[in-house]
Amino acid sequence: MSDSAEQPPAVDPLQRLRSATPARIGLGRCGHGLPTRALLEFQLAHARARDAVHEAFDPGRVVAGLSDRETRVVSSCAPDRQTYLQRPDLGRRLTDIDAALLTPGGYEAAFVVADGLSSPAVHAHAVPLLRAVFARIGDWRVAPIIIACQGRVALGDDIGERLGVGLVAVLIGERPGLSAPDSLGVYVTWNPQPGRQDSERNCISNIRPAGGLSYEPAARRLAWLMNAARHQRLTGVRLKDTSALPTLRE
Amino acid sequence: MYATTLAGTRHTFPDLKSVLAAATPLRSGDVLAGISASSMAQRVAARYVLADLPLTTFLSEAVIPYEADEVTRLIVDTHDAGAFARVSHMTVGQLREWLLTDDADASALAQLSPGLTPEMVAAVCKLMRNQDLIAVARKRQVVTAFRNTIGLKGRLSVRIQPNHPTDDPTGIAASILDGLLNGCGDAVIGINPASDSVETQILLLRLIDDLRERYAIPTQSCVLAHLTNTIAAIEQQAPVDLVFQSIAGTEAANRGFGIDLAMLREGRDAGLSLARHTVGANVMYFETGQGSALSAGAHHGVDQQTLETRAYAVARAFEPLLVNSVVGFIGPEYLYDGKQIARAALEDHFCGKLLGLPMGVDVCYTNHAEADQDDMDSILTLLGAAGVNFVMGVPGADDVMLNYQSTSYHDALYVRDVLGLHPAPEFEDWLMSLGILDAAGRIQDPRLTAGASERLLSYGGVGK
Repeated sequence: MSDSAEQPPAVDPLQRLRSATPARIGLGRCGHGLPTRALLEFQLAHARARDAVHEAFDPGRVVAGLSDRETRVVSSCAPDRQTYLQRPDLGRRLTDIDAALLTPGGYEAAFVVADGLSSPAVHAHAVPLLRAVFARIGDWRVAPIIIACQGRVALGDDIGERLGVGLVAVLIGERPGLSAPDSLGVYVTWNPQPGRQDSERNCISNIRPAGGLSYEPAARRLAWLMNAARHQRLTGVRLKDTSALPTLRE
Repeated sequence: MYATTLAGTRHTFPDLKSVLAAATPLRSGDVLAGISASSMAQRVAARYVLADLPLTTFLSEAVIPYEADEVTRLIVDTHDAGAFARVSHMTVGQLREWLLTDDADASALAQLSPGLTPEMVAAVCKLMRNQDLIAVARKRQVVTAFRNTIGLKGRLSVRIQPNHPTDDPTGIAASILDGLLNGCGDAVIGINPASDSVETQILLLRLIDDLRERYAIPTQSCVLAHLTNTIAAIEQQAPVDLVFQSIAGTEAANRGFGIDLAMLREGRDAGLSLARHTVGANVMYFETGQGSALSAGAHHGVDQQTLETRAYAVARAFEPLLVNSVVGFIGPEYLYDGKQIARAALEDHFCGKLLGLPMGVDVCYTNHAEADQDDMDSILTLLGAAGVNFVMGVPGADDVMLNYQSTSYHDALYVRDVLGLHPAPEFEDWLMSLGILDAAGRIQDPRLTAGASERLLSYGGVGK
């Protein structure tokens, strides 16, 4: 669309460099502006990211995918998306009604599946990732799976403390970028309780089979982190994640 | 206690910081902190109170106690009473009016800067409309230099931000070349590394330095790593031009960044010790952003715009080359939408300039904010009119490492064109010498200037 008849044959000098980076280089110019194709490609990527942020979370899809497991659906104190985006404090707390339903049961670990900033990520990746993890952690006593609406990472601290678990793993939709609207992240926290800092967690990010980390290596790292956390009784910056090393050699 | 009665309603504010917070235009971060005005009328009432406050009030009442915070101590201890004398009889409202007059010209504003505290500047900012913020800021030229001269009238510089998700050197070089061919890179070629290792930082510094040396590009480089990493890189003889650090407006928030004023002094000394600068000795690059103190739980009940201005008091103690407000980066819990981001961008630019800082703005947003590229076009155009020293150049506006959207090389060309702005003079000469700009300063199509682009693209074999 950018080339008019007067222009010479389009030999983009940056063409040869394109494969070196996902960055939007060598887009060409119309005057000082973008060619229409590049303009629309950007708008599509942004639209997909925006739609991902605002797509309604359907906890029933996760419940159905885990029909052989006990599940509980809970909500944070953020009643809607607009509030959720502006009040991170509310997304970190359970409603009183849901909080009263969660009690200790001799569990070691809890899994929380939270919409975060991308419901599509959770809809697509949470169940297959959990299945891959369960296959690796048969020796853990796991609480009913908590599925949380309008949840932030730290909601897992509130949930974990109420369930009396030593470890909580929060599977959550990451903030969508233009390159991927459906990345899932996992945050692992030892001895969860409200007030934990981000530096006290370990994170596995960019989980998505197409272009990111696929389920099996993600599950392997998560199981490794859980066992290492149980062994060392901590998570965070002091728990060095060496699980990637054997992966590189495989 | 501060109070006013308007239309039969009495509005009271327990202290100075409450007046400042309530007077601030609505933004999500102050609501989140629980310090925003309780109604629109109360917001205006706070502005009435502020308008009648003598500027001397700010010398006797600190928003964060002197004993508790080294940033307050820096502000108080370095205040220039002689420079303040020009406006010492004024109220905040009178200061606004004076700033808008022709008496407040470039030289009067430059002389006033050391006499103003950040709280005075934040206060007058809250009384100003967007057009006031533009009209006054454009009068205040702040010129700095390292290998070129940034901030001259009629000039707009651009940082090339060639980030890559895995710090791949070829990918980064490709983004840099694209930026140079689009006339960008005079503010700095500055990489946000994905890795926090000093080894990667040194590798990337050598990459840019090699490119810069080979083509004699009159600009400076930076890898935006933590200050302590940069000091370690300097100790290993890495080619460090600018020393980078994120800073905030309270001692506790700076501690959250892992720094204090003494460390900044040490970093600046280390940068100067290399003596790599040729045109001027401004070796620091700071980034700031409204909301950083609240995010660190270190806001002391002070509104985010006042705290941001206090960060500029930190910056000015170290004579930086560049100060960049990353205005929309921190997210919608601090600035919710395009309107709030635009206001904050103009505030930050105005307040920094009035305090004498070389302000640039990362005109940007995240995907969970209510904003898009149309908002960025508006903000960029407003800042260009306000005389911003520099903006970001990100390929296609899409930062593939930090996952947010900023301004692009194209955007920089657009705003230079519509406002008649030029690159830094030394850099502009270099662009012309390569034929990237023609003799009239017009950007050339790289497909038509094979000589220049081929020379650049032959760099290190990356173009082969």
